[in-house]
Formats: sequence, C-alpha cells, structure tokens
Amino acid sequence: MKISDQKKYWKTNLKYLAILLTIWFIVSYCCGIIFVDELNTIRMGGFKLGFWFAQQGSIYVFTILIFVYIKLMNKLDKKYNLDS
Amino acid sequence: MDLQTWIWLLVGITFALYIGIAIWARAGSTKEFYVAGGGVSPLANGLATAADWMSAASFISMAGLISFNGYDGSVYLMGWTGGYVLLALLLAPYLRKFGKFTVPDFIGDRYYSNVARTVAVFCALLVSFTYVAGQMRGVGLVFSRFLEVDINTGVIIGMIIVLFYAVLGGMKGITYTQVAQYCVLIFAFMVPAIFISIQMTGNPIPQIGFGAAGEDGVFLLDKLDSLHRDLGFAEYTSGSKSKLDVFFITAALMAGTAGLPHVIVRFFTVKKVSDARKSAGWALLFIMILYTTAPAIAVFARTNMIETVSNQEYDKLPEWFTTWEETGLITFNDKNGDGKIQYTADSKINELTIDKDIMVLANPEIAGLPNWVIALVAAGALAAALSTAAGLLLVISASVSHDLIKKMIKPDISDKGELVAARLSAVVAVCVAGYFGINPPDFVAATVALAFGLAAASFFPAIILGIFSKKMNKEGAITGMIVGILVMLFYMLKFKFDWFGGGAKEDWWFGISPEGFGTVAMIINFTISLVVSKFTPDPPKEVQELVENIRIPSGAGKATH
Repeated sequence: MKISDQKKYWKTNLKYLAILLTIWFIVSYCCGIIFVDELNTIRMGGFKLGFWFAQQGSIYVFTILIFVYIKLMNKLDKKYNLDS
Repeated sequence: MDLQTWIWLLVGITFALYIGIAIWARAGSTKEFYVAGGGVSPLANGLATAADWMSAASFISMAGLISFNGYDGSVYLMGWTGGYVLLALLLAPYLRKFGKFTVPDFIGDRYYSNVARTVAVFCALLVSFTYVAGQMRGVGLVFSRFLEVDINTGVIIGMIIVLFYAVLGGMKGITYTQVAQYCVLIFAFMVPAIFISIQMTGNPIPQIGFGAAGEDGVFLLDKLDSLHRDLGFAEYTSGSKSKLDVFFITAALMAGTAGLPHVIVRFFTVKKVSDARKSAGWALLFIMILYTTAPAIAVFARTNMIETVSNQEYDKLPEWFTTWEETGLITFNDKNGDGKIQYTADSKINELTIDKDIMVLANPEIAGLPNWVIALVAAGALAAALSTAAGLLLVISASVSHDLIKKMIKPDISDKGELVAARLSAVVAVCVAGYFGINPPDFVAATVALAFGLAAASFFPAIILGIFSKKMNKEGAITGMIVGILVMLFYMLKFKFDWFGGGAKEDWWFGISPEGFGTVAMIINFTISLVVSKFTPDPPKEVQELVENIRIPSGAGKATH
C-alpha cells in the first residue's frame, strides 16, 4: 500500500470518528444530561423525552453508531483493498 | 414442584453444562489459553463479551440502584454502554491489529519500556482484583438466599466451578462457557420482566411497557413520580445529583469501560481487524437487551414495592416480605407502634429499610410469578457472576505468567512451562478471590465502582495516545499513567476511606464525587502525557512505524508472541 493511500485511509477514518463521536456526545451528554430539563417538558407517551434519552434512547443510538461504523469501515477497507 | 427443587434443578443443569463445555474446550497451548487460539467468530465473541461484561453488578444490583435513584441511575446505563462506542471506534480494531495477548503487552511494546509494562501490570492487577472479589461475593449471596446454604459454602462451590473451567480451558473454555452463560442470563432476566410488564401494563415489551399506562389509565412514570412526592423522595424522573457530577460520573464509567483489561482482551480472540469491530457491535447489541430492560424492571419493582408495603398492616404482608426479612436485607422497625409500615424519605419516621441488591432477586416473588421463574433468576444471577469472575481471573493469570514471568523474569521459558505457570497463577488467583469473597474487606463494594475510575485514569489515555499520537513517547505515557492513578487513588482514599484528613461531601473538589473523579484524573493524565512528550525525545523509528502499521487493518495475522 502506498504511503499517500495510507494517509488518505487514516484521514477518512478520522473523519468518520469525528462525526460518529459527535452524535455519541449529543445523545448522551447533551440530550441525557445537559439539556435534560428542557427536553423533559416534551412528552412521548408516558416518557419525558430527556429521561427517555438518558435511560433508553442513548443506548439504542450507541448500538446503531457501532453498526454504522462497521459498515463504513468495511466499505473503506474494500476501496483500499484492505479487506483481505 | 416446589421452589427449592426447581432451583436445584436449574442451577444443577446450567452448572453441568458449563463443566461439559470446559471439558470439550481444553486449552493445549498458551495461545489457546490466552486468546482461545485467535479464531473465535465475531458473533460468539460478541456473546462472550456481553456475558464477560455483565457482572453480578449488572444483573443483580443495577436495576435496584436505578429503582432507588430514578434518573440519577442513568449514569450506569449510559456509562456502561457508551464505553462500547469508544471501544469499537477507538481501541478494539487497533489493538487487534497489534495482535498480542494482553494489555500490558501493548503498553510495554508501544512505549518500548519494561517500566511502562510494570506500571500496566500493576494497574491491571489492581483493577481486576477489586472487581473479582465483588463477583465471588455475589455468588455467595445467591447461594445463601436461594439454595439455603451457608454464604461461605456458596463462595467455595463457585470457586470450584470457576477453577474447573478457567484453569482447564483458559480463554478457550471461558469463551464458550460465556456464550452459554449469556443465553442463561438473558433468558433469566427477560422472562420475569416480560411477565411483569404484561401484568402491569398489558404490553409484553418491557421497554415500551414502562412508558405505558396501568389499569387505572395513569402513566406508570407519572404515578411513580407522584408516589415519590407523597413519600417525600426526589421525583423519580428528575433525581437529585448535580448535573456536573452526573456528567463526570458518566464520562468516568465510559472511559473506564473502554479501559478495562478483561474487556479489551476479548478482542484479541478474533481472526482479523474487521471481526474485532463486528464483535464490538454484537456485544453492545446483546448488552443493550439487558440494559434497556433494567430501567423498566426498576420502575415496575419500585411501583409494586411501594404499593404493596406502604401504609399496610405488617401482619397482612405477603410471604416474600418475611423471607427476605430473615436474610436481614429488609428490616422493619415499628417506631410509632401502629402495626403499619411507614415508608418515607424522612429518616426519623421511616420504618422500612430495603437493600438495593434484592430488587431483581425479589421482583418475581413480589409480582407473584411461578416458582420456575424465580429459580431461573437464581441461575441467571450465578451465570452473570461466574462469567465475569472467569474473565477477570484470566487477566490476572495472564498478567503474572505472560507479562511478568515470560516477558520480564524468565524470557526463555518454554510454551509448556508458561502454560503451567498460567494455570498455577489462575489457581492462586481463584483462591485469593475466594478469600476476599468469604472475608469481604469493607472497601470491596466501594472500590468496584471505583475500579472504573482507576482504569479511566491509567489505561484509557495511555492506549488512546499510543494509537492516535505517533509522537507520544515513554516518558509522557509513564508519567501520565503514574500521576493519573495516584491522583485517583488519593482522591478515593481521602473521600471514601478518610485518609489524608478525610472530607465530607461539601469538601469535594468542584462538587465532583469520587466516582466521577476518574474523569478529572483522566484529563490530568492526558495533559501531563502531552506536555511531557513535547519536552522529551521522540519515540524510536520502529515504534513510529508500529503505530503506522496498527492503523491499517490488512495483514493482521494471528495473535502471536
């Protein structure tokens, strides 16, 4: 593998990480902790939204994030022929 | 069939299953002993990781903690799952590519120094021992309540079982028993939850049920909030911890999860880098099932409990109340002598104390579920405690036989010799863990939660910087790890154990609890590492190449020495 390709591969990986970790931060720390009182004024059936994010929503999003990362990286590995 | 027969039957069948798997999956080489030969499929590894991760604390204590703390309990839910995102994105693939056996292996090689390796071994042992003692205690508790044997006999039975498959099978035996244990524990956790959800809300999915309305048409959470208000507790959905503290505790638990050696080593057992990513995904999916059900159980149990006991005549309470009273985990003291139970937040008039740990175990009885469900919960709790204990014991034995003996004391030891050493250290580790299970030092309960702070303060920054910063050198990483873990130990000893003059809640720095302080210690570690590395020589060229190499997934090969 060429050095320039290695650099490009790593840069794309870092971009994915930045995007996914931003979402990770938003659903847990923002929705579940910092803005929990504001979100609690919104209701979803019997749940207050902030409370729901803290005890349910964040966990679902975490799981989805990992599977999205798996998909993205498998595609990236294929593009650079690293999926041996 | 009566309850005792059911319990002996289900516990007996599951134990026979674990032993059968252990005999089938004996380890023949150190590679099989440390990393199960490196050929575990991502799905099996995901199941094993989930069982490894979900300990007695997740199965027995967590729903109870949430039940009593309401919103404040969210720190455990977010902290112990969010850490997997960090693991899958920032650690697992690169550590798998690096392809060694243990976490101190990575620290020692990446920072080209046996000092770094020694610091890592010390941290791994400290974290794992505090954690494993709690597991053995959990095993003893379940035995004493459900099988009516002495708590010490319970711990010894647990020790023999773990000894059997951890010593014989090493990682290979542990992996496949953990797969079985996951199935047992998740079934045991879900069945009562589904039953109770149908009973209380008519909805079979607990995750939806606890946001639904009961028979009276009032949303369950609203009812619980008003019950809490009436009894003088903080509102269930709001909690009482400061926002800053909730933030810091969550962060410490997340980073700690990603830095726990017994979780990290599981990713050394798969074939290639993409499998490491995949198994992290599977692991969190399997963990998610339990972790999203736990808050539902918490709400059901809390509502049920308050409605069953609050202001009721003591003489007319159901049978489970007296059974648990005998274990001392529920106590009732009729202060005003009216024969009724007053349960309130005001400690002067409150007459009832309930141990948080019994909520999951007592829940099926409180809801009046059939005997086989109660027996199932006992078998599930044992599966959760045993699977985690085994994973931790493997880390301890590998730290001794591989990191200390093979890498430092006697590098020319043969593979056979190392395998014997690994088995012997596993035996010693089981005995030490059993000793602490029988004679629990006061600090066990406190330190299990703090083990995460210690992992966050030491391993997490060293590993992250080792992967993402090519210029990070041994001087930076070693000073960072030592200062990080010392600051964490200092804060924990000062505010938890009254050393160094002690201190009350009001004296916490910036109002951050010892549980949340791991985040502060972690930031200190990161800062010191980065600053020191700026003023000291760059790492050698080979090490920088190593870092380049672990960033690219291809050619990971098999885990080797």
